[in-house]
Amino acid sequence: MEITIFNERKKSTEKVHFSGTTIQELLHQLKINAETVLVTRNNEVLTEEEIVQEKDTLEILSVISGG
Amino acid sequence: MNCEKCGKKAVIVLQHGSLCKHHFIDHFESKVFKTINRFQLIGRNEKICVAASGGKDSLTVLYLTKKYLQENNIPLQNLFALVVDEGIQNYREHTIVDLERFCKDHAIILQKVKTEDEFGATLDKAYPLINKDEHKKPCNVCGVWRRYLLNKYARKYGAETLVTGHNLDDEAQAIMMNIFKANTKIAARLGPKSGIQEHDLFVQRVKPLYLCSDKEVRLYTLLKGFTIQFAECPYSSAGYRHQIQEMLNDFEEKYTGTKQGIVNSFLALLPALKETAPKAVETIKQCSLCQEPAEHDVCNACSMKEILKNAL
Repeated sequence: MEITIFNERKKSTEKVHFSGTTIQELLHQLKINAETVLVTRNNEVLTEEEIVQEKDTLEILSVISGG
Repeated sequence: MNCEKCGKKAVIVLQHGSLCKHHFIDHFESKVFKTINRFQLIGRNEKICVAASGGKDSLTVLYLTKKYLQENNIPLQNLFALVVDEGIQNYREHTIVDLERFCKDHAIILQKVKTEDEFGATLDKAYPLINKDEHKKPCNVCGVWRRYLLNKYARKYGAETLVTGHNLDDEAQAIMMNIFKANTKIAARLGPKSGIQEHDLFVQRVKPLYLCSDKEVRLYTLLKGFTIQFAECPYSSAGYRHQIQEMLNDFEEKYTGTKQGIVNSFLALLPALKETAPKAVETIKQCSLCQEPAEHDVCNACSMKEILKNAL
């Protein structure tokens, strides 16, 4: 499936092809440590077990301060 | 995944279970207030300065310090925020805007100090003149200046307590860095009440977010609707702390509770560490130039200021 991801740290939006099911699998595909981010959909925070849907637009927010 | 308390949709999975928005906010605030009480971080009659930058940790600790005072009937005129503007272009000006708005919205007095006013130059201008090694980043200068100004101006405005936004991740990193480098003297100054204690020239530093992780703090700010821009310091680098941070996050992902375990072990060892470490309070002098506390005749901040004065 194709989804859209906004990455807060990179300040970029990109289309991603994802063949998995959950947020945990998506972060694994993107090589992002789940400890370092929060994932939201329509301003709703998602846990790692949440199912990713076709055409989802997800935001990946950094939990680490930029200082 | 649903909340273990009410069955609503969960926003986070913690070691002890999943929580929804409402129960996470309750859990988080309760943990911070318990930390304040357990370690006696805030006294009833103390004037309190919150070191603020406009980032997630400082806005959270500022908000919750105010809430703690309100819930304990401690006068709010005891509270103010203090920000140090280091003069880092395209960075600090953005976070200060968020901080100013936050303080206005929450009726908190904000005091500002600029390194340019105190040392004669912004960090951007100063560090290439102070650091002889041209590849060296300014973090050493920034750290000395920030600690110096926060202590000096917190004291100047009458504070007995300096609240900082250091959290569980910061502390676990600092503990491991000091262990790896065998800095037991510095490690003995860590903890929820940190720095050199019981000295007239030092304002007691305290860390109410001591047991809250980066992830919990960011989630709290998000759920509370605090406006925070992700602004990355242009000087932040893949330095030693960054490597420790990555190592701990890798461990935490594989073995949940690693950071908490490090901090809990450290708290158990801290009394013994403090007993064996040299008593800094007995060796502290006053800087011959500025009269602020110093380990030598001239403090580090003044040494840098002198180099700068000759170079400008």
